[in-house]
Amino acid sequence: MAGARVLGTAGPKKAKKAAATTGKSARFYPADDVKRPLPSRKNNKQAPKIRSSITPGTVLILLAGRFRGKRVVCLKSLETGLLLVTGPYKVNGVPLRRVNQAYVIATSTKVDVSGVDVASFDDAYFARSSSADGEGEEEFFEGDAAKPAIVSDQRKADQKKVDAAVLKAVEATPMMKGYLGAKFSLRKGDKPHKMVF
Amino acid sequence: MRGVANARILFHHFPCHISVFLTCPSLFLPSFLASPNSHPTVPAKRKHANTQINFTMSFSRYVEVGRIVLVNYGPESGKLATIIDVVDQNKCLIDGPEDITGVRRQVIPYRRIALTNLTVKIARNARAKTLKKAWADAEIESKWENSAWAKKLAAKSTRANLNDFDRFKVMVARKQKSAIIAKKMKQLA
Repeated sequence: MAGARVLGTAGPKKAKKAAATTGKSARFYPADDVKRPLPSRKNNKQAPKIRSSITPGTVLILLAGRFRGKRVVCLKSLETGLLLVTGPYKVNGVPLRRVNQAYVIATSTKVDVSGVDVASFDDAYFARSSSADGEGEEEFFEGDAAKPAIVSDQRKADQKKVDAAVLKAVEATPMMKGYLGAKFSLRKGDKPHKMVF
Repeated sequence: MRGVANARILFHHFPCHISVFLTCPSLFLPSFLASPNSHPTVPAKRKHANTQINFTMSFSRYVEVGRIVLVNYGPESGKLATIIDVVDQNKCLIDGPEDITGVRRQVIPYRRIALTNLTVKIARNARAKTLKKAWADAEIESKWENSAWAKKLAAKSTRANLNDFDRFKVMVARKQKSAIIAKKMKQLA
């Protein structure tokens, strides 16, 4: 029979609609009304948006966290939207680190980091290794004595490699090393909303 | 007294078709004060052969056709303009000239302008072309740029636009300067 072949799995509405166009009633209706889920909007496969003022080589001022107030060089933005940043370590003690752009002021000062190879660093590099050591109870009762951070040799080696290239660019600009070593703070009379960074 | 904060209207050319609201007879004070009889006597050593330098309390910068003004408020703030006509006791007509300062011909209240000590010789309602020529003849642009007022404004805007790195460099320079001064002071002490 030359009727519109309407598959009932598409939904009863579609069947009725098709029937309306052909003028013939649909051949098949599903037995039960099965609700179809709405199309999901969670298909955001774009890279997270980074402020246009933050590019590789921008000097950033960290506003929160352990290194708040430090001026630091941005190396690249990672897939999760965090920024990869380095002091350089010798200049201000900030290692290769991830930082959220929300807690950062981007200055208009740029350092040339084109000679730095940061392709190998990604979020997995910084993922915390699950600590399999120590009985939880013992540690808990010991108290909050600050345990010295154990920095892996690989991290130290990577730090040296990256910083060598960054330091070359930093030392090329007069006063840049001193600038990166100095901490940022608001002084009397400073109006942050009027300051140009 | 309304409107006129720091200017006195000097009606050099009294235009008959512009109605002037004279609510306050004190507007005529300048001419009264300007009469030589009211000035205190000048100490002899200051008298020159031809002119007498009088230190009085009268005004020296008048709202007049040709007065160069600095616009303080509004979209044209920070720019120079010339008064080419007076409307009434609250507002006047100014023109850049537009090619030189970017201020178009417009009526502006005195509240929004500040008189400078520069003037150009023009007739009332001068055309832009004549105005430009008068500006070039009087070398207003260079005179303004060399004035202390303009230099202060320039310094203020530079300071406001310093970037974070620049502010660091300024801080270092100030420390070096004070170190040199302290060293010298120690020597002298």
